[in-house]
Amino acid sequence: MAIQVRIPTPLRKLTGGAESVAASGATIAAIVQDLESRHPGLKERICDDNGKVRRFVNVYVNGDDIRFLDNLQTAVKEGDEISIVPAIAGGAR
Amino acid sequence: MIAAAPQEPGSAARVRRLRQASVALVGVGALGCAAAEALATAGIGRLVLLDGEVVELSNLHRQLLHRTADLGRAKVESAAAKLAERHPATTLEPRCERVTETNADACLRGADCIVDATDGFAAKFLLNDAALRLGIPLMHAGIVRFLGQLMTILPGRSACYRCLFDAPPLAGDVPSCQEAGVLGSLAGTIGLLQAAEVIRYLTGTGVLLTDRLLTYDALAGRWRHVRLRRNPACRACAHVTPHPAGL
Repeated sequence: MAIQVRIPTPLRKLTGGAESVAASGATIAAIVQDLESRHPGLKERICDDNGKVRRFVNVYVNGDDIRFLDNLQTAVKEGDEISIVPAIAGGAR
Repeated sequence: MIAAAPQEPGSAARVRRLRQASVALVGVGALGCAAAEALATAGIGRLVLLDGEVVELSNLHRQLLHRTADLGRAKVESAAAKLAERHPATTLEPRCERVTETNADACLRGADCIVDATDGFAAKFLLNDAALRLGIPLMHAGIVRFLGQLMTILPGRSACYRCLFDAPPLAGDVPSCQEAGVLGSLAGTIGLLQAAEVIRYLTGTGVLLTDRLLTYDALAGRWRHVRLRRNPACRACAHVTPHPAGL
């Protein structure tokens, strides 16, 4: 079951520059694990040492924030679109 | 999404609102130069420019109000001088100081809007909290490398920055603009859009970027909206008195 995951520009060095990559899994947690196996290093950019989504990263399923769904246990299915949105801080300098 | 005001005013009233408005622009660098020029061009009556830094050579490719001759000069003074040449009717108030927890309320009180053109998470969370405390709309933006983000916060009415991101990352976890670099034209693009948000809000025209985050991927040339919602447990805005949508 392939699901497309949109990768933000700061993380694309881990996906060979790909804007969108395929991943398999029935939950966000499984998707993140699959992403890690295909693109090593991605998981630690999304999750902290305790396995929770980092507080400056948000994950969306079809535009809905997983924090308001079931977090990493949010179910996903083929055709869903997952987006990773990191906080970015630049601006003045 | 929130309409800027219940009824759109006529053009004379819109111009008057811009002329009577005071905007606090925090950060007069990459975003701030673009936003300041656009706001002054639109006829904003008073622009308070806040930044404690001086112009450096590495700034010049993206901070369009500063010149080589300005190196070492306070950014607010450099910007105010350029803006005054073109926009003598706009009252410019350059304040060479960094906005901090201590001085934020004094720096921002009285403004009709705050433009967050700062660099660094601490400043962005600080401005979010100050805007909520003071009940002043905040036009937030962030940029790094090829990615831009933009949202408008109406205190107590729309999702705030802490509804989106609960707390800043630890130092070093996410690179700043200074560390990672940024595409100069991306900074200008996002800064101009912040000004457009201010103008829409002040004139009661159109629909604001509330409860949605606009992202611009300058590598793919792709714009996207991410739906946001207020976090009912948000420690910053859950108990804030709702801002009246229009002026």
